[in-house]
Amino acid sequence: MQYAILCYHDENVVCAWSKEEDDAVMAKLAAVHERLARQGKLGPVVRLLPTTAATTLRKDRDPPLVIDGPFAETKEQLLGFYVVDCGSLDEVLEIARELGAANPGGAYEIRPIGVFKAGSARA
Amino acid sequence: MTDVSWIDAVLTSARAQAVAALLRYFRDLDMAEEAFQEACLRALKSWPKNGPPRDAAAWLIMVGKNAAIDTVRRQRREGPLPPEELISDLSDAEASTVERIDAADYRDDILRLLFVCCHPDLPATQQIALALRIVSGLSTRQIARAFLVSDDAMEQRITRAKARVAKANVPFEAPSAVDRSERLAAVAAMLYLLFNEGYTAGIAEAGSRAALCDEAIRLCRLLLRLFPTEPEIMALTALLLLQHARTRARFDSAGSVVLLEEQDRQLWDRNLIAEGLALIDKAVRHRRPGPYQIQAAIAALHARAQRPQDTDWGEIDLLYGALERMQPSPVVTLNRAVAAAKAHGATAGLEMIEPLAGKLDGYFYFHGARGAFLLELGRREEARVAFNRAIALANTPAEAAHIRQQLDRLASPLA
Repeated sequence: MQYAILCYHDENVVCAWSKEEDDAVMAKLAAVHERLARQGKLGPVVRLLPTTAATTLRKDRDPPLVIDGPFAETKEQLLGFYVVDCGSLDEVLEIARELGAANPGGAYEIRPIGVFKAGSARA
Repeated sequence: MTDVSWIDAVLTSARAQAVAALLRYFRDLDMAEEAFQEACLRALKSWPKNGPPRDAAAWLIMVGKNAAIDTVRRQRREGPLPPEELISDLSDAEASTVERIDAADYRDDILRLLFVCCHPDLPATQQIALALRIVSGLSTRQIARAFLVSDDAMEQRITRAKARVAKANVPFEAPSAVDRSERLAAVAAMLYLLFNEGYTAGIAEAGSRAALCDEAIRLCRLLLRLFPTEPEIMALTALLLLQHARTRARFDSAGSVVLLEEQDRQLWDRNLIAEGLALIDKAVRHRRPGPYQIQAAIAALHARAQRPQDTDWGEIDLLYGALERMQPSPVVTLNRAVAAAKAHGATAGLEMIEPLAGKLDGYFYFHGARGAFLLELGRREEARVAFNRAIALANTPAEAAHIRQQLDRLASPLA
């Protein structure tokens, strides 16, 4: 079964990291990613740019409304996501714990994936 | 990250909001700052034990406010102190503070705090120093190091700036729409100055000063989150990101400045460029052009060019033309001339700058550009005179070195 691990964190905190702090977290995460990739469990990994770069299209009206900023004003923001292939929720939680140890603070939301199409856009 | 460094990151990110609210409450910079300091000390004691509060800024505002009131009472020797539990158990109080201080208050508080720092009475260097002290929370020593002055001199500069601000009577009621946009413009200009303080540093100072660029970008993103629909704030953020993206390519191993056209573009930070380009796209959609949007668009054309020869100089010439109409200045015209020379030949560039000779006679870049145009047109003797004039006006050894290279080219018979 495929799961998405949605990464939430306070972007004020993440944006306050120095380049060195950011690099250190990314290096620790890379070690976890590499192991997961070897085990054939790791799908696409996405880090999103800050929500200040976001645009929202409200399509519940006609014509749809374009709004600057993220869909929801929340204390912690969606900053990225993983796709992993695992046998059970326990296994995903274990992976999430490992990722969390490398990158503390915030929360991971684990969501089973319904449809997954790899698509054709270049990585 | 260890516990303490995590707390540090939270305190840094909550600082602007908390100090801003405390300033509204106490209407005094020193008192707001001290209250925040006290709240931080209590956070360092309480958070490792009890875990972080749900809303760090609200916690710090509440605790800081109570602590400062305690101090005032103690000084007045009035009544008994409130029991410590009242201050440390904030779970309910915190929620109600969050409700009372809604997003609009936060927005105007932080804008006011930034605006206080860039009061028009303050010279630019004082504005930046004050912002770094009050908004960013840098120590006087850190700021002194960034400005290459002694700790005492910086302490004096900040004290003087605070005294001026206290006399200036910045209004505390919610600003009108016009006031708000004026404040935004002043704050944007100050953040650009802050960025440039870091950006114009040579490699030797880059360690202590490059942090100024990071801080300017952090504050810009903060401002943009507060005013997410302002195209000029999007564009200023984009402009800083696009310039900062070139950091690693700007100096060679000897520490000399590498000009844009000679930079190794592989070293440019693609993430920062992507973010900058995304912000320009968003800004342009509003169809309310402004000077930062034009400057960001120029930076974007450089960022988009895979190789220097792919640069769309014709478009850059047009954009500088638009900037000239919006903000006429001889320096903008000079920049335009450089683009025009690339797009249409050195004669076009030279014609554009000749009328500026009076105004820019004491300006390094004017003589440097003029020399380069003359050299390209084969007017070697005039070029040599211009380069000699430029070298006498160079502000940094790197600038002088660059002109010396040009003079060497002139000296060699094949140039």
